[in-house]
Amino acid sequence: MPLRSFRGGVHPPEHKELTEHKALELMPVPAEIFVPMGQHLGKPASPLVKKGDYVRQGQVLAAAAGFISAPVHSPVSGKVVKLVKGPVVGGTTADMLVVQPGEPDPLPADKVAEGAAPPTSAPLLLPPLDLNTATGPEIIERVREAGIVGQGGAAFPTAVKLSPPADKPIDWMIINGAECEPYLTRDYRLMLERPDDIVEGILLIGRALGENVNLGIGIENNKPEAIRVMREAIVKRQAAIKVFELKTKYPQGGEKMLIDAAVGRKVPPGALPMEVGCVIQNVGTALAIRDAVILGEVPRTAVLTVSGLGVKEPKNLQVTIGTPLRDVIAFCGGATADARRVVVGGPMMGFAAYSLDAPVVKATSGILVLSERELKEPPETTCLNCGKCAEACPVNLLPSRLARLAELQRWEAARDLGIEVCMECGACAFTCPARKPLVQYLRLGKKNVRNLPRKER
Amino acid sequence: MANPSGTGSELPAVSEGNLHLVTSPHVHFGWSTARIMWLVTAALLPCLAVAVYHFGPGVLAPVCGAIAGAVGTEWVLNRAGRRPDTIADGSAFLTGLLLGMIVPPGFSPVHAALGGVVAIGLGKAVFGGLGHNTFNPALVGRAFLQASFPAGMTDWSTAVARVDAVSRATPLGLLKFGDPSQFPADLATERLLAGNIGGCIGETSAAAILLGGVILVATRIASWHIIVSMLAGGALFGGLFHLAGVGPSPLFHLLSGGFLFGAVFMATDYVSSPLTHRGQWIFGLGIAFLTIMIRLFGGLPEGVMYAILLANAAVPLINRATRPTIYGAKR
Repeated sequence: MPLRSFRGGVHPPEHKELTEHKALELMPVPAEIFVPMGQHLGKPASPLVKKGDYVRQGQVLAAAAGFISAPVHSPVSGKVVKLVKGPVVGGTTADMLVVQPGEPDPLPADKVAEGAAPPTSAPLLLPPLDLNTATGPEIIERVREAGIVGQGGAAFPTAVKLSPPADKPIDWMIINGAECEPYLTRDYRLMLERPDDIVEGILLIGRALGENVNLGIGIENNKPEAIRVMREAIVKRQAAIKVFELKTKYPQGGEKMLIDAAVGRKVPPGALPMEVGCVIQNVGTALAIRDAVILGEVPRTAVLTVSGLGVKEPKNLQVTIGTPLRDVIAFCGGATADARRVVVGGPMMGFAAYSLDAPVVKATSGILVLSERELKEPPETTCLNCGKCAEACPVNLLPSRLARLAELQRWEAARDLGIEVCMECGACAFTCPARKPLVQYLRLGKKNVRNLPRKER
Repeated sequence: MANPSGTGSELPAVSEGNLHLVTSPHVHFGWSTARIMWLVTAALLPCLAVAVYHFGPGVLAPVCGAIAGAVGTEWVLNRAGRRPDTIADGSAFLTGLLLGMIVPPGFSPVHAALGGVVAIGLGKAVFGGLGHNTFNPALVGRAFLQASFPAGMTDWSTAVARVDAVSRATPLGLLKFGDPSQFPADLATERLLAGNIGGCIGETSAAAILLGGVILVATRIASWHIIVSMLAGGALFGGLFHLAGVGPSPLFHLLSGGFLFGAVFMATDYVSSPLTHRGQWIFGLGIAFLTIMIRLFGGLPEGVMYAILLANAAVPLINRATRPTIYGAKR
């Protein structure tokens, strides 16, 4: 059978060998953590605690502020030191609670005499639900309560994604195990180390979406071991989950590309996957859902890959949410002398960090320390009109043309050529021999098109 | 904001002071404009080697003249316009080399240099430099030479003296102006492949050109769509007329004159060819059609140059007509 894929795309060097054989390792809790109120797409959560409060692991620190929002829980037990504006990934600052892990102060003697329960640092759990009897609405409510967000990159609140409007029936839920970003091996390790739990998560998501949903998981064929392990786990549980073996090509893990490859449907421009009856969830999200339902856990750690030739000991780590990037890099032996860039996420779509104090958040999937050896610095020339960007674009845009229009500030023309369909995957800029910063121009163009007056859009 | 925890602050190489802040993607395929230009130059070497073998080292004189004219003009214009130096990107060198390959073996190096000046000056610089030109610069240079030095541009005596005991013109010249009954016998396909015939420096050996084409396609520099569509078009249109009793066999069309060289090295020029594969097919078929028409019904024995230049002019139109449908959109 020919492998499933999509038109366009590129083949960046994978570099997965740096970490693919390294088992997940738990990084110790650092001396201080920084918990942003906005770790998701949508409105930041509103803080419920104040400076000086003692908070327990799993306690709600901040409540969801609206439908498209998510609550934030305390990753550790300890004392709230302050509420600050601190650096976050993506070049801005945001409100964050600084929490110092530690034991609670002992009760004063008179309270003890009154028979009050001594304070504890034990984690707070939500009441566990049964895998076989939890109902769809219960599962969605649990996902909302636990503040689970998509781990594929956008950090969209998962409960919203599990509640499609009634006029958009869903018949396919596909787990994204493509992990097409180079370097990253987090999803791969999760599939190898927790396949049974992932299968449980898939079944729970399926139940949340209704009776008629087909279940599947898409995995690129550069991960034969993950494909084998997942197949075994599915057979063991006699679950009706289809494994889609996908061609290794970037961006195979883009939602539209994954849906196209797996079930042959094309999401129209500007529409969400539910338009074609599909919901996509990341491997890590499935696990978070499973842990929240069956164990009553809330997200307190993020599983991520630390890699790149600029870090001394690349690892796959489970890191306490709120840990500064600096601490994570230090835990991996520190940076090499020729390290030049720290990227949060994958090398194709990740953000270059401007401050190493920015914390790990719920959806952080990777921290890359890239060295001069990997960053062949580009001399930019004029566009040669070679068309390689158009060949690479998975959504059939003409990136060189759009970049030129953005350069000329011709926003209406860029809109008419479909600039808003661009998902910033970076395949065009990766392949461009003139080394034009195409994604930068495309982002600029998209931002300005969004700002055009309504009627002109 | 300082990190009050103070842990892991010993990171001499990566600190806020020297972090690179750029947009994604953070990795690159590794190609550059210069790499492409020099690889195309390398792909032309088999043609040049065969030319030296058949016509003698003298052919290097017009080739070097054209390169000197092109590179010199690029340098002077960059200096005059206070623009950054672009010699190292190899594009001016390549334009000069391409021009040098499409003049007769005994062509004057001084005239070839003049052609190089026009190729860069009028073919490229006036449009705004690399990436902005409408027409293939080397062909602009050649069109200038053809108009200015028609005698020199059709003087095949050097070539013919070296390769042919019986003095005669190029195969296409024979076809147009000679006695058609005379040539097919000893102008066999083998001679067209090997290149021991009259013709421009780089154009006579089909085998050497095809080798260059294989290099360009294998390294994914050139679009095979343009090459294949132009050859398919030549076979189709040449074949149709041949069946109707007009003109030579389609194979002769493809292997003679500048058809192959044009398909592999001229029509595939990025800047002056269409962006999309569909557009490239229209472009290639169009060039082939125009070439056959000029050869069979025009006043000139050969028409590849004008065919490509005319098709170059149509590229913006072709690009507009073949804009790809956005993913998932209805046509």
